[in-house]
Amino acid sequence: MPHFAKPAEGSWTEHYPELGTGPVDYTDSVDPAYYEAERAAIFRHTWLNIGRVEQVPKTGSYFTKELAVAGTSLVVVHGKDGAIRAFHNMCRHRGNKLVWNDYPGAEVKGTCRQFTCKYHAWRYSLEGELTFVQQEEEFFGIDKGAYGLKAVRCEVWEGFIFVNLDPAALPLADYLGEMAKGLSGYPFGEMTEVFTYKAEVGSNWKLFIDAFTEFYHAPVLHQKQAVKDEADKLFRVGFEALHYELHSPHAMISSWGGMAPPKDVNMVKPIERVLRSGLFGPWDRPSIEGLDPLPAALNPARHRSWGTDSFHFFPNFMLLVWAPGWYLTYHYWPTAVDRHLFEANLYFVPARTARERLAHELAAVTFKEYALQDANTLEATQTMLKSRAVSEFPLCDQEILLRHLHKVTAGYVADYVKEHRDAAAR
Amino acid sequence: MPLPAEFASLEPFTDWVLATERERYAKRLASSMAQMQAFYDAALPLLSRASAYLDQFPLGALPEPERDLLLLMMSLVTVSFPVEVWKQARVPDSGAAYLDLVAEPRV
Repeated sequence: MPHFAKPAEGSWTEHYPELGTGPVDYTDSVDPAYYEAERAAIFRHTWLNIGRVEQVPKTGSYFTKELAVAGTSLVVVHGKDGAIRAFHNMCRHRGNKLVWNDYPGAEVKGTCRQFTCKYHAWRYSLEGELTFVQQEEEFFGIDKGAYGLKAVRCEVWEGFIFVNLDPAALPLADYLGEMAKGLSGYPFGEMTEVFTYKAEVGSNWKLFIDAFTEFYHAPVLHQKQAVKDEADKLFRVGFEALHYELHSPHAMISSWGGMAPPKDVNMVKPIERVLRSGLFGPWDRPSIEGLDPLPAALNPARHRSWGTDSFHFFPNFMLLVWAPGWYLTYHYWPTAVDRHLFEANLYFVPARTARERLAHELAAVTFKEYALQDANTLEATQTMLKSRAVSEFPLCDQEILLRHLHKVTAGYVADYVKEHRDAAAR
Repeated sequence: MPLPAEFASLEPFTDWVLATERERYAKRLASSMAQMQAFYDAALPLLSRASAYLDQFPLGALPEPERDLLLLMMSLVTVSFPVEVWKQARVPDSGAAYLDLVAEPRV
């Protein structure tokens, strides 16, 4: 008997019949050829979130983004006209990487008036125009207007900066669709106190998304994190989400939890009682506008036990909004079929007092304790999947977002393969 | 620089006054459970009072003794999981996994 209502079809999965209910083939997470197809089919054609507008606050602010999965490096810059643009990080003279310090592979950020190539001092404006050619008279009537930086589609949604390497891609707002519309107006811009975590993880990128789009694992893998009586109860009851919603290629899961403040303080650890904070963040909401009422996409079941919503924007961006008034993002940047760079950012309304700062610290520290367990489990999964001793796995109703992710990925890859086959046949 | 007078009992633990999470986490991994337990037992009963005391100062302009006290309490947060939950410095089942905090709000 479910604790929370499911759709009339009897399950979340059957509410979306195109998903099927059969076992899912995880060869997609170990096959190097499939990974190469993903790179071409997905990462060169979909909108990728690469940061927030707060990272480029004023004219000349810039940062670089290494996109190994798409085989390029980008420079993102705030222009004199206020627009944020993205360019391939490449000098038009002879292809040298334009913006870097010391190590060409390391991401950098800063503020400048123009970009000057280290190699032959060609200069570019913040808007990407070629403005200076060293010894221009040595060239053969070079038209500077034809040698600006090569631009990449760059659009902003609610302060999140996205790029797309496909010049023919639909606009960002169309791609993000209904799910993003329902989040409009959330005060992301007020939450500027950031904790940024990075790690290299020895698993396929989809496996970490799998781990963070189901909480079926939480009462088991993270069992020891709760006080014993509470852990026993969670294990016995298991996990059921409040709500799931698919807006292909994107999807979301809404979860209960957080207990802020808990019904019985003995349910939580001593330091949580003192600092009034924990995994779900500070118990006390910050006093800013925009948290009540919440945008329509949040807490879609309108449940009073609501704790957090996880939005997965295909392919590799997740946005988690927590009931107590903060959010976090996950990015999974593939570097090989069995490796990716994982980045997590926690965003809070800036602390005004030491008490608030300590509450944020406890939330951040707790996040890391959980994420370390998650990350290590992925390596264990990847090594066994690689054995291919078993390739098909049964997914339960609480794993609907995983089923969806692997299906959507397969759809992009299949379309790409077909297009190439058709093109070759023509 | 000593801690604020009211918190002088924490002076034996000022090696936990560390400015970054990376340093705090490294010290946690390098410490014995006995060391962390002693620090926790001394600091936790003062955490509530320290928060109230520090709240008299603007967070962005803490004098040095007060800033040290805050950093010390941030280390208390760092050791709370080993002491309250794990009974060991490392997160169990975390193997070779790591997660580096590369940017944090500095105090």
